Amino acid sequence: MKQTPTSAQLEARRRERSLTVKRVLAQSYLWFLLLLLYAPIVLIIVFSFTKSKVFGNWTGFTVQLYENLFTGYDRVAQVHVDPNLYHSLFYTLLIAVVAATFATLLGTLAAIGIYNMRQKQRKAIQFLNSIPMINPDILTGISLFLLFVFLGISRGLTTVIIAHVVFCTPYVVLSVMPRLTKMNPNIYEAALDLGATPFQALRKVMMPELWPGMLSGFILSITLSIDDFGVTFFTKGSGGLDTLSTFIYADARKGGLTPELRPLFSLIFLTMLVLLIIINWRAARQAKQGAAKK
Amino acid sequence: MNKLATLINSRRTWAWPYVLFLVLFVVLPLVLIVVYAFTDPQGHFTLKNFIQFFNTTEAVNTFIYSLAIALLTTIICLLLGYPAAYIMAAAELKTPAVMAMLFILPMWINFLLRTIATVELFNMFGIPLGEGALLYGMCYDFLPFMIYPIYNTLQKMDKSLIEAAHDLGANGREVFTKVILPLSMPGIYSGIIMVFMPTVSTFAIAELLTRNKITLFGSLIQRAFGEGGLQMWNYGAALSLIMLIIIGLTSFFGNNEEADSRGGIL
Repeated sequence: MKQTPTSAQLEARRRERSLTVKRVLAQSYLWFLLLLLYAPIVLIIVFSFTKSKVFGNWTGFTVQLYENLFTGYDRVAQVHVDPNLYHSLFYTLLIAVVAATFATLLGTLAAIGIYNMRQKQRKAIQFLNSIPMINPDILTGISLFLLFVFLGISRGLTTVIIAHVVFCTPYVVLSVMPRLTKMNPNIYEAALDLGATPFQALRKVMMPELWPGMLSGFILSITLSIDDFGVTFFTKGSGGLDTLSTFIYADARKGGLTPELRPLFSLIFLTMLVLLIIINWRAARQAKQGAAKK
Repeated sequence: MNKLATLINSRRTWAWPYVLFLVLFVVLPLVLIVVYAFTDPQGHFTLKNFIQFFNTTEAVNTFIYSLAIALLTTIICLLLGYPAAYIMAAAELKTPAVMAMLFILPMWINFLLRTIATVELFNMFGIPLGEGALLYGMCYDFLPFMIYPIYNTLQKMDKSLIEAAHDLGANGREVFTKVILPLSMPGIYSGIIMVFMPTVSTFAIAELLTRNKITLFGSLIQRAFGEGGLQMWNYGAALSLIMLIIIGLTSFFGNNEEADSRGGIL
């Protein structure tokens, strides 16, 4: 094919235009997926501003549900908001914080121990550690259910917390491990040589190094715990203990969803959104400052 | 006392509490599933539970149907998720981190509530709740689990390899099939596992999405323990063991990449 300069220029322009088209298409694909992902959430938020009991039924704008949620009382209908909503919210948070704390302590100690093991032992324990992560929630739940029945332990708050520690700790181990590999292995011994007790060496020398890993393990544990349904379902027993997940499940099976759940989750979502924006904004600012210093 | 001190000093021992914990709350419970699966309510050895499963056409059909749904969900998630991860990882996007966070953010709303909202969405548009709704809802719930590990591997990929391939004369398609795709396989494996495992075992999502019209294998297990009473536990344990084997096989083929990438989700 014979090419004159003008046709080459045309070709370049054509290619550039097709690249732009491609970029726009790629972008719109992402936004399309996000639209699908966010549609139900937008629906929850929109319908938190109407007071209809039935989800999906618009009966005019009002912040009544928010008022109900905070006062626990529906002024118009003159009924109390289902107290189990608050109980389950409380227990969701309690279980998450307690389980995540235990998981972080247990997992951090375990990570230090595993890191100092010989290859063979380390492999074996890492395999055990991966089981709760691979196991689907229903199997973790049922296996623990059988254990508690077998041991004659009545199911309730304690068993749920134990169960949550089971599936949270592996993630703490995995978050702390990379920090250990980055750490100078000799500083612990150095602290001991300089007269620190093992506990002091742990607290004053190792903790500051491991802290970021522990924190991300803790946050991940909280997230996993709050989001869990399957494990809680099988380990909570029939004593009336509920987390938000099991409360919603029971509610949905009864047919009607407690309307105050809509404002509650709208608020949770917006809080997370704001937190995320702040974190991103700070990270961007720090990156900018770092670049400016250079 | 001195012995104790040396024990504590050798940091290997710090893992002991966790090892004990794992044995008691992970290994022993799994052993119990096996024990219950092979015994009758009186505690005698039997194969009756498995025979009951294979003789119940409905149960076997549910099992096969669940595997098919999980497989289909995984394939759809891969087809939808790979391009999304690829686009996000491609540098031409100025804010890939924000995009990645946007895909994770919905997971902060309880998945049951999101599922219920999806059902309402279907109702509003007059879409009947059936197989289509089930597949949509499953993909909806687990798509982020496919996107994230693939995005992670693509992002960590050495971009100079792509340039090298271009310089050596590969065209766009060859670069993709011979360089990018093979290098993103670990992420694809993790994604497949992270989508397949929960979909094959879920029970609540299917119940809510189809208003109990469609029963999945997870629901069969749940019913055996929930409504069946003591007599059904052994049968439920046998079903659980079958699922455990499926999970074991899947993770065996997908090696252990999954753990790392899920840890990276936050």
